[in-house]
Amino acid sequence: MLLKYILKRILVMIPTLLITSALIFTVINLPEGDYFETLAAEMQAQGEKADMSRIEFLKKEYGFDKPVHERYFWWVTGLLQGDMGYSFEYQRPVREIVGDRLMLTMIVSFFTIIFTWIVAFPIGIYSATHQYSWGDYGLTFVGLIGLAVPHFLLALVFMYMANVWFGTSIGGLVDPQYLNQPMSWAKAASVLEHLWIPVIIIGAGGTAGMIRSVRANLLDELQKQYYVTARAKGLPPGKALRKYPLRMSLNFFVSDIGDILPSIVSGAEIVAIVLSLQTTGPLLIRALQSQDMYLAGSFLMFLSFLTVIGVLISDIALAILDPRIRLQGAATK
Amino acid sequence: MDILRISDLHLGFTIHGLARDVVKGVSLRVPAGKTVALVGESGSGKSVISQAIMGLLPRAGAITGGEILFRDPLAPENPIDIASLPAEGKEIRSLRGGRIGMIFQEPMSSLSPVHTIGNQIEEALLLHRPMSKPEARGLIEAMLGRVGFKDPARAFGLYSFELSGGLRQRAMLAMALICQPALLIADEPTTALDVTIQAQVLDLMRDLQAEMGMAILLITHDLGVVANMADEVVVIYHGEIMESGPVEDIFRRPRHPYLKALLKASPHFDMAEGERLVALREARPRPAAVPRPVPSPGTSAEAAPLLSVRGLRKAYTTGSRSFFGKGTQQTVLAVDDVGFDIRRGECLGLVGESGCGKTTVSKIIMRAVTPDAGTIRFDDGRAKIDVLGLDGEELRAFRPRVQMIFQDPVSSLSPRMTVMNILREPLVVHGKGSGSEQTARVKALMEDVGLDVRFLNRYPHSFSGGQRQRIGIARALALDPDLIICDEPVSALDVSVQAQILNLLKDLQAERGLTFLFISHNLAVVNYMADRIAVMANGKIVEIAPRHALFSKPMHPYTRALLKSVPFADLDRKLDFKLAAPGGASDATHWAPAFRRDPEGEALTHLPLGDGHFVLARPGADVREMA
Repeated sequence: MLLKYILKRILVMIPTLLITSALIFTVINLPEGDYFETLAAEMQAQGEKADMSRIEFLKKEYGFDKPVHERYFWWVTGLLQGDMGYSFEYQRPVREIVGDRLMLTMIVSFFTIIFTWIVAFPIGIYSATHQYSWGDYGLTFVGLIGLAVPHFLLALVFMYMANVWFGTSIGGLVDPQYLNQPMSWAKAASVLEHLWIPVIIIGAGGTAGMIRSVRANLLDELQKQYYVTARAKGLPPGKALRKYPLRMSLNFFVSDIGDILPSIVSGAEIVAIVLSLQTTGPLLIRALQSQDMYLAGSFLMFLSFLTVIGVLISDIALAILDPRIRLQGAATK
Repeated sequence: MDILRISDLHLGFTIHGLARDVVKGVSLRVPAGKTVALVGESGSGKSVISQAIMGLLPRAGAITGGEILFRDPLAPENPIDIASLPAEGKEIRSLRGGRIGMIFQEPMSSLSPVHTIGNQIEEALLLHRPMSKPEARGLIEAMLGRVGFKDPARAFGLYSFELSGGLRQRAMLAMALICQPALLIADEPTTALDVTIQAQVLDLMRDLQAEMGMAILLITHDLGVVANMADEVVVIYHGEIMESGPVEDIFRRPRHPYLKALLKASPHFDMAEGERLVALREARPRPAAVPRPVPSPGTSAEAAPLLSVRGLRKAYTTGSRSFFGKGTQQTVLAVDDVGFDIRRGECLGLVGESGCGKTTVSKIIMRAVTPDAGTIRFDDGRAKIDVLGLDGEELRAFRPRVQMIFQDPVSSLSPRMTVMNILREPLVVHGKGSGSEQTARVKALMEDVGLDVRFLNRYPHSFSGGQRQRIGIARALALDPDLIICDEPVSALDVSVQAQILNLLKDLQAERGLTFLFISHNLAVVNYMADRIAVMANGKIVEIAPRHALFSKPMHPYTRALLKSVPFADLDRKLDFKLAAPGGASDATHWAPAFRRDPEGEALTHLPLGDGHFVLARPGADVREMA
């Protein structure tokens, strides 16, 4: 039953991804010109003489004289074989450029998610069970500040304070000498050393939002009759809370996983630029600016893929967690 | 010996900093092994008392005085004062679930939907009587079998949403009784159930009480249930006890005017023709509406019916649909060959238990659901309209002719619109009159339903349930419809308010020559309102007859079961609990063969019994013989 459900969900992913890829390709192709024209324009603006014949050659070489649908077809078939295309700007395959940064991005994201959960859950539960108490008001206030302050501002404040108080620079995710080096113990240590600052900064807003959601959802569930039933059985308050309302309020949270994955991978570009993190965010922004289309397109495609995977994971988790979804399956129409 | 003795109990609530006493000096007792009914309207404080006994008062509530003495038959020498125990302390927790069990009104929401029935019962058992899991499982399965699950081993692993309402309440009973408590508190245990299921659950409660010897504190507003279940009765009104005593005294010699009024306010089967319900509190007097010009006020049987429904059929497909088109699909016939006429100026009652398809029929007439087959003709004396064939502008022009009054007065009014906007909206949608004419019309409507015109700028939340239902009625009247469909219009209301609303509907019908399709599961209410009654079961109309004929000589086994399951507020007409079929009265396999479809034979047909009385049976069956 569950297996069938998962299989079905995976099959549904295929058309979703196909449509997304077409959309991404169209949008990237929409602006006037392409990478080479932008390059020529930039060079001319800087007073250099562009070698037009070389640019024409490159265009031909990369198939830019072919119609759009043909290029799309080559791009998609390439993606299916794991070939993400070639970055014009870096003159290297996209895979190589993205590889290390992707790794770092995922590490940052993973720790940010864990940080968000560890902080948000206890606070949210406390706020809900102590509704309208001073503790609730205080935590709500702090949470709202976290929600209202833009990430990049927080990053700037952190950098300033680190510089003034400790005299150190906290930018980057790894010491420059380890960049593009194979993973080693020293490199891992360096990453961990730098990690906590971006994790706190990126996680702050998400944590505040999650505290609010946990509180609101739990408050709803605490009103429900089955919680009264549980207490009427004589369960101690803590156990009754964990087994019934908390479990039910997890539903919202699990269905949120689908959104968390891509938003943390992509949502941190500006912080990454401010803190000069070697993650994928700044790379994507630069690629979009310079119309480095395979780099941008393949990366966006990767984000879409993450989204779809995230939704799949949350759907499967929901099915495991909630028998109503598992057993009633497709809703009756 | 009294298991529970409450003396001079005061309960207060603090809302927005304002302290208010909701229970003012209540004293009552529950003797061992007996059933005590606590009767009152909503807001009378009866549920709060039960919460105080369980130590489950909401955070805003507190015990401000008095004591709740619980004397456990296992340790009779040292009674416990529950009122003095710390909330959420160890002592109160060991009483809850262990010595005092509780069941609630809504069996759906009272059980966790993500845990199995067995898991939830096991939890209660192991909490109070530690034992090994296999041993617990044995006890639980025995209990599940006892409360009426046919396959207890399977029931253990089921989820609450896989059960019907009646079975859910049985599971709740199993959970409340698994630790053999000395006292069971039942808060409106059968209010949400159909009458036939109600009879079964009440019967089960009585049997279990006889076996286990526990006392029951039954909280209800239904005097019929009280008369059939209680040994002693306590009547509560606005947090004060009005009257209490043995059930015989209370019903045969009611002394307090409140109790007398309560007995008069509920519709019953022995009402004389034209007898009116006496509302507990008379509503604001309303001026008689100007009778509107009706084409032919006198309804002759020969005149064409206002609405004529034939061969209506609607199937729903449920179950999982596989990606490749095949799956465990099931087709359920929600409406199966339904046909009836509604004559101009008449009230046709449509009765049946939940899920029998009566609401689907109303939705089809409203053109909110499209049937798979059938015809509906609407004839206002000027033109015949094929309702199901209407489209576009024609349909739009037809819509005002049929209006609806809904069950839930809370969710059927938008909380973000003032009463003025709510009542004016239909006029605006259909472009009736200028702005000032619409305002005047809205004011007239308010007068018609007995509401003060000054309320027009208020929002629905500032009205009581009965007032909200009046707004719903005014909205239905706004477009001067010919037919009004009332879908359970009073089932969410208290007895006293119910009487007001029913009287209002009757008056409006008489004044304006309205035609009603009155849908309800409450036979007494339908009896009060309807001229003719159609009984629905499993998507079919099994019997249709004039009101007196249906109640005096019901033919179909389902109708009979339904009539026999209604609890009367009369000690001389106690319910015969054992009559109800085990699978519910709508389970066709328990009907006499004449009423079941012969697999090889012809389809069932509506046999005429004279006087407009029809019953669904095999063609040629001698139904009178069956009687």
